[in-house]
Amino acid sequence: MIAVNLHIRGGRLIDPANGIDADLDLYLKHGRVHAVGKRPDGFRIDKTINARGKIVCPGLIDLGVHLREPGEEHKGTICSETAAAAKGGITTLICMPNTDPVIDTPAVWELIRRRAKACSNARVLAIGALTRKLAGEQLAEMGALKQAGCVAVSNARKRMANTLVTRHALEYASTFDLPVILCSEDPHLKADGCVHEGGIATRLGLPGIPSAAETVAVARDLALTEHTHSRSHFHTLSTGRAIEMIRQARHGGAKLSADVAIHQLFLLDTDVDGFNADCHVDPPFRTQTDRDILRQAVANGDIEVICSDHQPHEEDAKTAPFPLTAPGISGLETLLPLCLKLVEEGVLDLSTAIARLTHGPAQALGLPLGRLDVGHSADICIFDPDSIWTLHPAELHSGGKNTPFGDWEFRGKVTQTLFEGRITWNSES
Amino acid sequence: MSNEQLQTDEQGRLRHFLSIEGFRREQLLQILDTAESFAMLPGRQVKKVPLLRGKIITNLFFENSTRTRTTFELAAKLLSADVINFNVDISATSKGETLLDTLRNIEAMHSDMFVVRHSASGAAHFIARHAAPGVSVINAGDGRHAHPTQAMLDMFTIRRHKGDFTPLRIAIVGDVQHSRVARSQIMALNTLGVTEVRVIAPRTLLPADVRTLGVHVFHDLERGLQDVDVVIMLRLQHERMENALLPSAHEYFQLYGLTAERLQYAKPDAIVMHPGPINRGVEITSEVADGPQSVILQQVSYGIAIRMAVMSMALGNSGGEQSS
Repeated sequence: MIAVNLHIRGGRLIDPANGIDADLDLYLKHGRVHAVGKRPDGFRIDKTINARGKIVCPGLIDLGVHLREPGEEHKGTICSETAAAAKGGITTLICMPNTDPVIDTPAVWELIRRRAKACSNARVLAIGALTRKLAGEQLAEMGALKQAGCVAVSNARKRMANTLVTRHALEYASTFDLPVILCSEDPHLKADGCVHEGGIATRLGLPGIPSAAETVAVARDLALTEHTHSRSHFHTLSTGRAIEMIRQARHGGAKLSADVAIHQLFLLDTDVDGFNADCHVDPPFRTQTDRDILRQAVANGDIEVICSDHQPHEEDAKTAPFPLTAPGISGLETLLPLCLKLVEEGVLDLSTAIARLTHGPAQALGLPLGRLDVGHSADICIFDPDSIWTLHPAELHSGGKNTPFGDWEFRGKVTQTLFEGRITWNSES
Repeated sequence: MSNEQLQTDEQGRLRHFLSIEGFRREQLLQILDTAESFAMLPGRQVKKVPLLRGKIITNLFFENSTRTRTTFELAAKLLSADVINFNVDISATSKGETLLDTLRNIEAMHSDMFVVRHSASGAAHFIARHAAPGVSVINAGDGRHAHPTQAMLDMFTIRRHKGDFTPLRIAIVGDVQHSRVARSQIMALNTLGVTEVRVIAPRTLLPADVRTLGVHVFHDLERGLQDVDVVIMLRLQHERMENALLPSAHEYFQLYGLTAERLQYAKPDAIVMHPGPINRGVEITSEVADGPQSVILQQVSYGIAIRMAVMSMALGNSGGEQSS
């Protein structure tokens, strides 16, 4: 059902890109924002959404989602995951290239694009592969990927053969002005590690991943970014030290941005105690000091993007001794609720929190999204900031029920999500 | 779920024995006392008792260890239990059968207890969480995490020789980083209230923040051995040299090998222990391993009593004394 002319009435509109935080109505037409504030003359209203007492903001953009299709449909499908996104107020998913086959040719991306269009729950954009098959050895056909519509390139968390290949990959990507999403990690220092190297790893006898596995690689990738003048985006940073290095490099004039996964702003290395596989994530949860620096960085803008690092898994993948479980959290449906918790805890104000989920990622990748100017796509998230609810993992729409936030109480619930002016989620229907 | 909740029932009785962590001093002493009732004078055969007649105990070993498996098997047989040895072919599990599948299959054979060894830390906890109600799990070594029965037989050996734990200084020498035995020993010694636990090793063989386990760190063997009552040597795996953790077995022996000369830095009545199997000439000389201060072979025989104690307690039939 397509409501051509929509009126979102009585809500508090927060559109950080335009510096708006005010009680303003929205008028949508043909899937686009037609007017903000006053009803245009002659605007015929087909449908009204009552947003009184609610927040109306741009639909969220999640940078770096693991969609699982093609190749791992038992973990999640494009339809299941985009439906989960809609429930979480997310209207744009920027998917990682590590599907099977990987997104290293336009054909694979075309398949995903068509499937996403058929489901039409959300916009799916692709991060293409940086190297062929993500093997880290030969460059992927980035020119073709760019032409096919990929918005960035990345080697996900797969290792690069050597620093020279990384250099060339960054240079080649910058030829096409393609942002490179870097998951900086030294594979040798990481080795077979599965938790933060520290007291808890020592006590549980779990192989550790030292902070240096991240900082060594971030230092190298920063140097290469400066050298190649590429547009680098550092994805899912976990250590305080890496944040400081990013800040310094940016003061030195490097073109770069960074994000952090929302779960890193809440959980700590000690949360894996008792071999809790739901807390097995990569990069691992680190120390309180790291978490505090990460929180500071999202508040002061050193980190301008918060993502879910969504990695759905089937139950079996988490049902094994800890080191043998798959890392990752099914995060789409807790991205906004956790961000609202940061607001509740006084880490961020509401407008900044929304910016980190909308304007921030759009800017990092140079996308004309995450804002509600007249003429822009009507991608909108409406949530009730006072609704209190408890997360029951079984009720997640995602194919993956793997979350460490089960039984957490949240304040703030998405009531409607609109993608291109269509309601893709409505908790009130 | 905390360790203690998983390992004991509502009355605080032993259900699973997965890790030393979570047990109080009195509970560890109870295990030692129960083992005492099974242990005969050194050199004499432990008597067979009918405590676990009709019970089925399955040795579920995902890692080869003839030695440990044999002592568990012997302990079970001396308690009159029936024993099934299930050596899981690692290649078979890598062909798709999950650990849970394996567990369900063996559970269908109605076992009362699993004795588990696995290369992944946390494997015994995992099996305990997923085992059918009423089935006990004994950890016979999981990854680098824990080997609680080995630690308890070491405590038993120490108590036999030293009596009270509280005044003791103990040095653990060698590859603590990769040792589940060392972790369990450190936790047991601290729970039993010894004066000091030391670890002596180069930094590459010590885990991060090792002090948080409650140990003092020494890199010099002679200084670390001064005034200790017990010296525990750990086995050095040859792969440590391949992984660039050590330059050579030769240098390791030069710096950390226990010789009769170096042993003199410890107290004159200090005992020397080793969980076995020993590498003569790598971590210890034959002179020390076979010398008067060595209690290495006693450790092995006490291992049977400890395993009898833990098995009988976990299956609700502790107290060998009354029944024998």
